[in-house]
Amino acid sequence: MAVLVIADHDGSVVRDTTHKTVTAALALSSDVDVLVLGKGAKAVADAAAKIAGVRKVLLAEGDAVAHGLAEAVEATVLPLAAGYDAILTPANTDGKNFAPRIAAKLDTAPISDIVEVVSADTFVRPIYAGNALETVQSADAKKVITVRPTAFVAAAEGGSASVESVAAGEAPKTAFVSEEMVKSDRPELGAAKIIVSGGRALGSAEEFHAVMEPLADKLGAAIGASRAAVDAGYAPNDYQVGQTGKVVAPALYIAIGISGAIQHLAGMKDSKVIVAINKDADAPIFQIADYGLVADYKTAVPELMAALG
Amino acid sequence: MKVLVPVKRVIDSNVKARVKADQTGVDLANVKMSMNPFDEIAVEEAVRLKEGKEHHAAGTATEIVVVSIGVTQAQETLRTALAMGADRGILVQSDADLEPLAVAKLLKAVVDEEKPDLVLLGKQSIDGDNNAVGQMLAALLDWPQATFAGKLVIDGGKAVVTREVDGGLQTVAATLPAVVSVDLRLNTPRYASLPNIMKAKKKEIAMKAVADYGVDVADRLKVLKVTEPPKRSAGVKVADAAELVSKLKSAGVL
Repeated sequence: MAVLVIADHDGSVVRDTTHKTVTAALALSSDVDVLVLGKGAKAVADAAAKIAGVRKVLLAEGDAVAHGLAEAVEATVLPLAAGYDAILTPANTDGKNFAPRIAAKLDTAPISDIVEVVSADTFVRPIYAGNALETVQSADAKKVITVRPTAFVAAAEGGSASVESVAAGEAPKTAFVSEEMVKSDRPELGAAKIIVSGGRALGSAEEFHAVMEPLADKLGAAIGASRAAVDAGYAPNDYQVGQTGKVVAPALYIAIGISGAIQHLAGMKDSKVIVAINKDADAPIFQIADYGLVADYKTAVPELMAALG
Repeated sequence: MKVLVPVKRVIDSNVKARVKADQTGVDLANVKMSMNPFDEIAVEEAVRLKEGKEHHAAGTATEIVVVSIGVTQAQETLRTALAMGADRGILVQSDADLEPLAVAKLLKAVVDEEKPDLVLLGKQSIDGDNNAVGQMLAALLDWPQATFAGKLVIDGGKAVVTREVDGGLQTVAATLPAVVSVDLRLNTPRYASLPNIMKAKKKEIAMKAVADYGVDVADRLKVLKVTEPPKRSAGVKVADAAELVSKLKSAGVL
């Protein structure tokens, strides 16, 4: 069987979510091709060709695919689909957007957000905000799968696949209007080794930034937030960790002023070490924290900064 | 403009799901059920499109039809939507827990009958966490899609949608008819008032069966087992920040 991985990239660099998806794909088959969609994305394709285990890289360049419009991704992938038994992509907002669309066109049931490949047709995925794990066996000849990147190790570098061009699709009924990306010099939330995350207790946007940023900078960490903090406008939407935001699994997750609702835990409970700082000793977050500090963040965070030296 | 809003009856978002001992699924007996939170947001936005709230012109939506596919008790979910301001409901009865592909096919059949200009639905249900039905429905209809809407503006035959994407926001314009899936921050759903709950009892709910639509709803995925996620071992409380840092250093994460 052959597997197509649709790459995740930022226009110039292949994200490591792609490497992780390649790992999942290699568990299905040794014939793994990578599709890079974009514009001026030759460098991305060349980088994808260096991922160990990749057979060849397909490069589709066009305006509509550069903006990731689902209709254009669908139109690019469908003509290629005949040559593949499975199509995999990371379960980020792009993958979640186009993968089910492609699956419906292929009359196949999409398998969302897998965390384990049991065999070429059997997969494990979380349901109910991560409170249960479902093992499903697919009866479809062709499979469309989104992969939870944090559940797989990144495929190594060292490959030397060829790159060939394929036609990019259009999106006749959808137009890209604009985008507004959050600028940050900090590590990306999904890939960070350390994440400091703030909740409602921080009280205001000014306080959120004043407390979280120096701590994040000291630790070289990414900043996350609970839904409550995002809804209150303390942090941008993009910071949200949880069932409906980002799912992260860093080596160290420090939750500050976060109570630990089911929906938040769904996004971070696979972190290696969890630290909770909360003045409420009964907060649910302490039930999953490896190290808990019952203290007001106003005193605890400055002390933590001092202790870090 | 006619708006169709699919809604799903799911386990209440505040209830922690428990896995059955025989690993066949999640125990839903005697568990509080509610409308999927994302679907409440979709219903709210449809009602705002009708009322002309916020940036919507009054009468942008002329009729709101809510549809649910599921067990008989899903009528309660439809009544909730009717009490929020939807005009009428359709229940496609099914005792089986249908997969997103089957749901999308049934919804396509409903769309073919109802001919709405806009399908507004939640980005995911909090039970299956698939995040797939809207995209699949759009594909089956060959309609444009705008997923994860944080803002919706109807402008000259287009749905202009600001989408919540990784890294920030993206705005796209989808030509109507279109499928729009909503994200958490699109709006804050209203509570239905008692008079509106009473009025909703008089609104029509058309009862249908899966067989009425002649759609293949066979499962494509076989659930082999449902298990509990691995439990984390109990943690420790530390006295102060200094102890925390020394523990983290000895754990090798700092």
